Amino acid sequence: MNLTFTEEEEAFREEVRTWIQAAMPEEMREKADGEGHFTPEDSAEWHRILYEKGWVAPHWPKEFGGTGWDAARRFIFSEEMEMAGAPQLSSFGLSMVGPLIINHGTDAQKKRFLPKILSAEEFWCQGYSEPSSGSDLASLRTTAEDAGDHFIVNGQKTWTSYAQFADWIFCLVRTDPSVKKQAGITFMLIDLKSPGVEVKPMLTLGHTPAFCDTFFDNVKVPKENVVGGINNGWTMAKALLGHERTLLAMIGPSRHTLVKLKRIAATRLVNGRPMLEDPVWRAKIARLEMRFRAHLMVSYRALAEQQKGRMPGPESSILKLVGTKLIQEITELCMEVMGENSLTWYNHDVVPAVEESIGPYFCYERAATIYGGSNEIQRNVIAKMILQLPSS
Amino acid sequence: MDFELDQDQQMLAKTVADFAKNESPVERFRKLRDDDVGYDSAVWTHMGELGWLGVPFPESVGGFGGGFVECAIVLEKLATTLVPEPYLASVVLGGLTLLRAGNDAQHAAYLTPMIEGDTTLALAYSEAQSRHDVTAVGTTATPDARGYRLSGKKVWVLNGHNADHLIVSAKAPGGVTLFVVPRDAKGLTVTVAKTIDGHKAAFVELQDVIVTEDARLGAEGSGAAVLDRTIDYAAAGAVAEAVGITTTMLHMTIDYLGTREQFGAKIGSFQALQHRAVDMYAEVELLRSISMASMVRADDDDDDARRSDVSAAKYQLATGGIWVAQQSLQLHGGIGATDEHDIGLYFKRMYALNALFGDEEHHVARFAADPSFVEAYT
Repeated sequence: MNLTFTEEEEAFREEVRTWIQAAMPEEMREKADGEGHFTPEDSAEWHRILYEKGWVAPHWPKEFGGTGWDAARRFIFSEEMEMAGAPQLSSFGLSMVGPLIINHGTDAQKKRFLPKILSAEEFWCQGYSEPSSGSDLASLRTTAEDAGDHFIVNGQKTWTSYAQFADWIFCLVRTDPSVKKQAGITFMLIDLKSPGVEVKPMLTLGHTPAFCDTFFDNVKVPKENVVGGINNGWTMAKALLGHERTLLAMIGPSRHTLVKLKRIAATRLVNGRPMLEDPVWRAKIARLEMRFRAHLMVSYRALAEQQKGRMPGPESSILKLVGTKLIQEITELCMEVMGENSLTWYNHDVVPAVEESIGPYFCYERAATIYGGSNEIQRNVIAKMILQLPSS
Repeated sequence: MDFELDQDQQMLAKTVADFAKNESPVERFRKLRDDDVGYDSAVWTHMGELGWLGVPFPESVGGFGGGFVECAIVLEKLATTLVPEPYLASVVLGGLTLLRAGNDAQHAAYLTPMIEGDTTLALAYSEAQSRHDVTAVGTTATPDARGYRLSGKKVWVLNGHNADHLIVSAKAPGGVTLFVVPRDAKGLTVTVAKTIDGHKAAFVELQDVIVTEDARLGAEGSGAAVLDRTIDYAAAGAVAEAVGITTTMLHMTIDYLGTREQFGAKIGSFQALQHRAVDMYAEVELLRSISMASMVRADDDDDDARRSDVSAAKYQLATGGIWVAQQSLQLHGGIGATDEHDIGLYFKRMYALNALFGDEEHHVARFAADPSFVEAYT
């Protein structure tokens, strides 16, 4: 057993850190240290900077534009990105549909879509949930009717986050209503500029412009846009969920927000001294930090397995469950430490910038235990797949 | 970064696990609960022959040159069936203290025989009002023509009722100092006390116990630093044991959920109980993961790094681990609340481990007191 990174890995960390410091535009760095409200434009700009460096998709195979780093280097890279507070890149193309096309797409699809995901020429969003199909995703009702060389798509997708900034959407649609619900679903790529597509944004609880409803009214989709074969969409969806689980461990956001929490607690006074020096408040912070360490070790175990070219063990299934709860607890404690300052809502120069960033983020992360398969659904899956408890 | 045990360690884990399962099922612990000693000295000798008692010690004292990871492996596996021999008390508390504090002659006299399974050790460091503070020592060591005169009272000395040698902390003129005292020394009185988890411990009273200079471990005043390290080892050891216990409790509970029927269905098919079981699984994996960090860090001379991970691990024992113990019992229903069922025996052992070597509040405070906790932010 050895729980440290090698000298080479630490040197790599230094290289990444130095590069990020130099590459991040001044204005972006100020935002990272302060209010931290990155816009989709900020994210796209950072995406292009990374693309030029060749570091935008470390987890992709080298032949498709990846970096060829091993799992440890990829992990270090994302840790450093998160510690620097860099804008998060849109994950729908880079981490979701991109890897799916790499593994299951046709050569034509790879050639058509992958380069533009890398270069930020095309952004993606996800069309899974529907108003009546949330946790019971397989009950989805958006239809795709066979019309020869294309499908005609009709229906409504919801929680299509960032669809208003996206060029394409990957969707689960019903292609065969006559079979078991999972068996009649197809995974397809739809150009959002197609006639009949309408995107209606709605604000999140944090007032960030994330969520959307996306409507399809007789939208023509060429058959070559099907990934993984007609009526094989459920298998594609499950392949994608595997990617999502480690994405949602929230290691970076938790670490970054713990730092913010301490920065806030160091400047706010209670009984005349910084809250960070007050035993009661200090203990509250320490508890979350200790929990984070245990959580971090679970993710390190998954990393070590990947480093050996193996699939992460079953314990990685708890990462989303524990990580999303933890980020909520950390943001909650930030709010608590801020006291009355937690009332602030998108002001300027009313409270310190770092505090201004908390409220919307706290609100936004309430969705963390819901999206990506709600934590209740995660428990259902773990109970069945890992603990092998009986089904009813 | 690598969390995998090497081949020798895997072999050790398997051998100890097999022993626990085949040669020391919980039934054996049940029988020995009522015994005056509470364990079997023949089994202890056997463990010595197998080399288990020497895993963390260098070859120069008769050990096998491993690290604390090996110790933790043994503790985790012995815990799966509540093997009652005093591994934590004798190898970790007694042995590792002797190793760090003693000289060659003292190692030969007290440590090597323990490693061989001929004797057992105990560490008498706790006092009625010391509450995890190894420097809060009321026992005195007064210089005397013959060496020192020890007087004072020690509480809850694990294996103190049967150990051949006790290591006693006492305040000498130079500060907290450790002494080796035979259990049958004149002036030393042992009162046996039963513990919640079915073991025995000792209340030890020293009344002008005379020890020679040879009995002093290291220089006067060197005791607290050694004890500080030992208690970290013991805390990491308790966590390793808790991994073995909670893993076993989880498996027992999942088995029970898969067999017990009510309302015409296996109760494990009920979503409320499934979700509880998943949350238990999460807490066990968090404990297992941070235990790996703490068993590696326990050997680390960097105080801050060691304390952070050991405290984080003991904190997870106290929170997630204890919660798993509670829920395991709860999900067993009425039978879980009987002495007849094994689940309660594991439950009680968890509470003993929770109370020893720093409780939740102690480790939260210690973690938060680390200079690095504040430094970067003020």
